[in-house]
Amino acid sequence: MVIQALVFYLFAAVVVASAVMVISARNPVHSVLFLILAFFNAAGLFLLMGAEFLAMILVVVYVGAVAVLFLFVVMMLDVNVAQLRQGFLQYLPIGALVGLILLVELVMVLGAWVLAPGTVEGSGMPIPDPSQVTNTEALGRVIYDHYIYLFQAAGLILLIAMIGAIVLTLRQREGVRRQSISKQVARQRAEGVELKDVPSGGGV
Amino acid sequence: MTDFWSGYAWPFAIIVAQIMAIVVPLLVAVAYLTYAERKVIAAIQLRKGPNVVGPFGLLQPFADGLKLLFKETILPAGANRIVFLAAPILTFALAMVAWAVIPVAEGWVIADINVGILFLFAISSLGVYGVIMAGWASNSKYPFLGALRSAAQMVSYEVSMGFVIITVLLCVGSLRLTDIVLAQQTVWFAIPLLPMFVIFFVSVLAETNRAPFDLPEGESELVAGYFVEYSAMSFALFFLGEYANMILMSAITTILFLGGWLPPLDIVPFNWLPGIVWFALKVALVLFCFLWVRATFPRYRYDQLMRLGWKVFLPFTLVWVVLTAGVLVTFDWLPQ
Repeated sequence: MVIQALVFYLFAAVVVASAVMVISARNPVHSVLFLILAFFNAAGLFLLMGAEFLAMILVVVYVGAVAVLFLFVVMMLDVNVAQLRQGFLQYLPIGALVGLILLVELVMVLGAWVLAPGTVEGSGMPIPDPSQVTNTEALGRVIYDHYIYLFQAAGLILLIAMIGAIVLTLRQREGVRRQSISKQVARQRAEGVELKDVPSGGGV
Repeated sequence: MTDFWSGYAWPFAIIVAQIMAIVVPLLVAVAYLTYAERKVIAAIQLRKGPNVVGPFGLLQPFADGLKLLFKETILPAGANRIVFLAAPILTFALAMVAWAVIPVAEGWVIADINVGILFLFAISSLGVYGVIMAGWASNSKYPFLGALRSAAQMVSYEVSMGFVIITVLLCVGSLRLTDIVLAQQTVWFAIPLLPMFVIFFVSVLAETNRAPFDLPEGESELVAGYFVEYSAMSFALFFLGEYANMILMSAITTILFLGGWLPPLDIVPFNWLPGIVWFALKVALVLFCFLWVRATFPRYRYDQLMRLGWKVFLPFTLVWVVLTAGVLVTFDWLPQ
């Protein structure tokens, strides 16, 4: 138990420290790298709680895909930090409001947990005993059996958002020559090569 | 005090010993993979390959390693020092970390975790950071271009690799690597899922940045891609990481499709050999294919690489996932 507590404080401390670095680092690429570190340690915290599936998915999705695209964009764009900092005071009230709402929500969730211990059991899907089913299976039951329609609806909304993004950025450019693989493969010898008997001294 | 010894110190010593038992043979394997690569390519091109240092040139990898060790590590003037040095360390460390969950024989694994295959997928998807960080921190044009290429390439091929893994998992019903191997006792998945096996192997070539998909380091266009600015030991770490990744990916292919440590047939002459020997033989076979491909095919063009990943592999694997699921449900073959 001592080791578990030590590891927990290690992960938690690194998450908090790197989260602070994300917003205070001067170089945007460093910010993204600290964000990745924070994700990683959050995955470690999940592991400590026995939620190994969530931990791995966090690494695969956020670190392996989302943060790569982030890093990609931040490296490609030459972000001017000084210019971004100018709007800091202007956006401070909105940011503070969002932070406050999140804080109140967190306090309400945790408060319900502490003050009324029966709340969690009363929710739509009770948490199964971790010694009976692995958490991969438990999550599968919740998502694919119990809430399958809501899950599919969420998927459709994401798909539509993706199509929207593609439509917004799609543009037809004139004069672009694209490779048509099927056309190339369908080409016959007769279309490409012509053999001619050239009489000597006559030319083609 | 006895509690401290039996509770903490002794298990810690055992874990360290297990880690050494995996990492040391792995590093030797990496060293001899570089030798094997030069010998195999030499044989394919009717040359002799390294044959001067030691008998049959067997000491060549150690000579190369010593040479790199004694050279000077150069930090480019405009480089971002910390990221520049962290990149090769990250690449190398990730290639080692993944081996914690690989079962090399029945029960021979450091951590037989519930979500083993997801762990491998997560770690292999992190490999791209070493490349991107190296390319960006070098503060130079060619490495940067190499890094961007590599990021796009690795992310693209991960998608189809994910679908291939899902197909296998449908047939297994567990994310544990030991279960995946044991599910292949009747038939290796390479036979019923042959198209997936081929796609997985090609995706692995792209994922490890090997020929014919070695665009991130394409020397004819980008000099050496993302590690142009690296020298001495920092370069050696990239090199070791790349080859350790090749071995790791071969091991994953073996576990997913070639029955891991299981003998081809469970009859007398085959099951005399211990499981680890079969595992090593299968990994060596896949590695030979890596080298064979490198000596045989020219490099892909970048747009063709993207087309293959997104327009060929992705739809095909997607259809195959649905097809496999349909067949399993129709014939009631779903694993319990």
